[in-house]
Amino acid sequence: MPDTFKDGNVPYAVRAYSPEVLLAALKKMMLIRKFEEGAEDSYTRGLIHGTMHLSIGQEASAVGSCMSLTDEDKITSTHRGHGHCVAKGADLGKMFAEFFGKETGYCKGRGGSMHIADPAKGNLGANGIVGGGLPIAVGAALSAKRLGTGAVTVCFFGDGANNEGAFHEALNMAAVWKLPVVFVCENNKYGMSTSTERSTAVKNIADRSASYSMPGVTVDGNDFSAVAEAVDAAVERARSGEGPSLVENVTYRWRGHSKSDRNRYRTKEEIAEWMERDPIATMAAMLIDHKIIDQDGVAALEAETTQIIKDAITFASGSPDPDVSEATRDVYTQEAAA
Amino acid sequence: MNMQAKPTLRELSYAEAIREAMDIALSQDERVILMGEDIGVYGGAFQVTGDLVEKYGTDRVMDTPISELGGAGIAVGAALTGLRPIFEFQFSDFAALAMEQIVNQAAKVRYMLGGAVSVPLVMRFPAGSGTGAAAQHSQSLEAWLGHVPGLKVVQPSTPEDAKGLLLAALEDPDPVMIFEHKILYKMKGPVPEGYYTTPIGKAAIRRTGKDVSIIATSIMAQKAMTAAETLAGEGIDAEVIDLRTVRPMDRETVLASVRKTGRLLCVYEGVKTLGVGAEISAMVAESDAFDFLDAPIIRLGGAESPIPYNPELEKAVVPQVPDILDAARGLLKGRI
Repeated sequence: MPDTFKDGNVPYAVRAYSPEVLLAALKKMMLIRKFEEGAEDSYTRGLIHGTMHLSIGQEASAVGSCMSLTDEDKITSTHRGHGHCVAKGADLGKMFAEFFGKETGYCKGRGGSMHIADPAKGNLGANGIVGGGLPIAVGAALSAKRLGTGAVTVCFFGDGANNEGAFHEALNMAAVWKLPVVFVCENNKYGMSTSTERSTAVKNIADRSASYSMPGVTVDGNDFSAVAEAVDAAVERARSGEGPSLVENVTYRWRGHSKSDRNRYRTKEEIAEWMERDPIATMAAMLIDHKIIDQDGVAALEAETTQIIKDAITFASGSPDPDVSEATRDVYTQEAAA
Repeated sequence: MNMQAKPTLRELSYAEAIREAMDIALSQDERVILMGEDIGVYGGAFQVTGDLVEKYGTDRVMDTPISELGGAGIAVGAALTGLRPIFEFQFSDFAALAMEQIVNQAAKVRYMLGGAVSVPLVMRFPAGSGTGAAAQHSQSLEAWLGHVPGLKVVQPSTPEDAKGLLLAALEDPDPVMIFEHKILYKMKGPVPEGYYTTPIGKAAIRRTGKDVSIIATSIMAQKAMTAAETLAGEGIDAEVIDLRTVRPMDRETVLASVRKTGRLLCVYEGVKTLGVGAEISAMVAESDAFDFLDAPIIRLGGAESPIPYNPELEKAVVPQVPDILDAARGLLKGRI
């Protein structure tokens, strides 16, 4: 656990970032929450087909892990990736448009929730395959090292991916080649219905780091400051050429795995207990404590983000659908092929 | 042997031609890297990379651990972010370990992202039987990858094409899978000096003829040429087409040939059922060339079995020259 409360009980985040940066982070966390609530609502009203994987309750992990990244730095994400997208600076209107399957969406309606990417902001994309992004992140780090760009890749994955072969192969090669990549495990306790206790031989997923000779740390993933402190240090280490790290953010998804989930594998009490530890409320309280914002300010931010989401949904629902005659566009770069 | 090549050209082996292509690419483009198992000081399991590591160093000729899935995925990530990796599988059979990254990631990323990115990735697969390596080191799996939109799949059968198709693959913005036949690695043939490309998606007419179209892939194109010489002595004038690219397939060349000869014989080493020959046959059957057929189509493909170890059994499960001769003679029996 990082020493968040040293320096006279001032949390790392308050020491490390300006008030403007902290307020922007809080705003992003609110946007993630409201984006997903908006998506859920749209789904219920039949505006979205397919499925979705909501990260409500995990917002501190997404935003806290991207604090020291620039647009040159890369992230790879997961099927539960909306938060990472927003944290890396995505446009909410284009995200909703993708959800709605519109031509104005990030993937022009071809990808949907599980494939939203924003290469211009360094987001190489969500991924529908558990563990699929891990080797890709290492490849991006290899490019950065070989081309000397100084960029770092943050690789998000869930507790489920830590039992995929791709996880072990990726961490091993990243360590052998000392690549600038930070593996951020969002341990939300369940791979679909199977708890980490039932699926994973080690107590903490960060313990796996020992096998690959890299630093590993487990932090409270609902504590923005703790996440930022651990990941910032790992990013710094990667940027200075010292190689990869593994950070485990222990968190919880309030919603089910996907829309088909009946929540039979966990208790209402457990869910309620984690909802008490709301990362957004905790972050707001920290900023109020340190006089960076007051209650009225938080309320104003709530209203502002609610409006942004409303506008994003309006943009998306008013956007054109893709032309059916172009269903096979973009399979190849040169369209003459195949 | 390449019929168009001038006799004055120097000869290289198929493996040397591939190495020369990689050498040219490494020297011309800093973004090019080689990745694979034992491709450094060992020189590759089939000595294709040879001594390239001495010239370009271990940062550009990278030995990977025995991690096909992770290695392939790293190559995908590197290709997405500015490098031009050439990833060597030690045996094409090991692609089974990496199918996730090849099929779900490399092939689909561009489409899933609405065209926002490209994956300029080249993968090399030493394939085919004839080495006594048995069932897990001898397969011809090009139809697996040929079934995946987003990939391009080529099968060079001559040293000249092996070099030209590799350089074309590197110019291509999309993932190109190159199936190299292990038995061809030592085969020599004329190879032009310097930089040139062999077009992806274009078949080569190795021998023109009027009686039967033999459409063959990889080493079967060589066997078809041998068979065609014997057939010529019997008064059968075979046209031999080396398909070279499985996806996208050269429809024009195949259909034009069938319209001319009225007889179609497909020869390929991969398992016959649901293989490349099935696609060629269907392509003809669905086109106007069907009306020109004077005999049923024949497919000669691999047997419905894994590749056996015993050398005689091994030969028995893939098409051989006598099989091609028999099939061609059968097609011409009672010719109109």
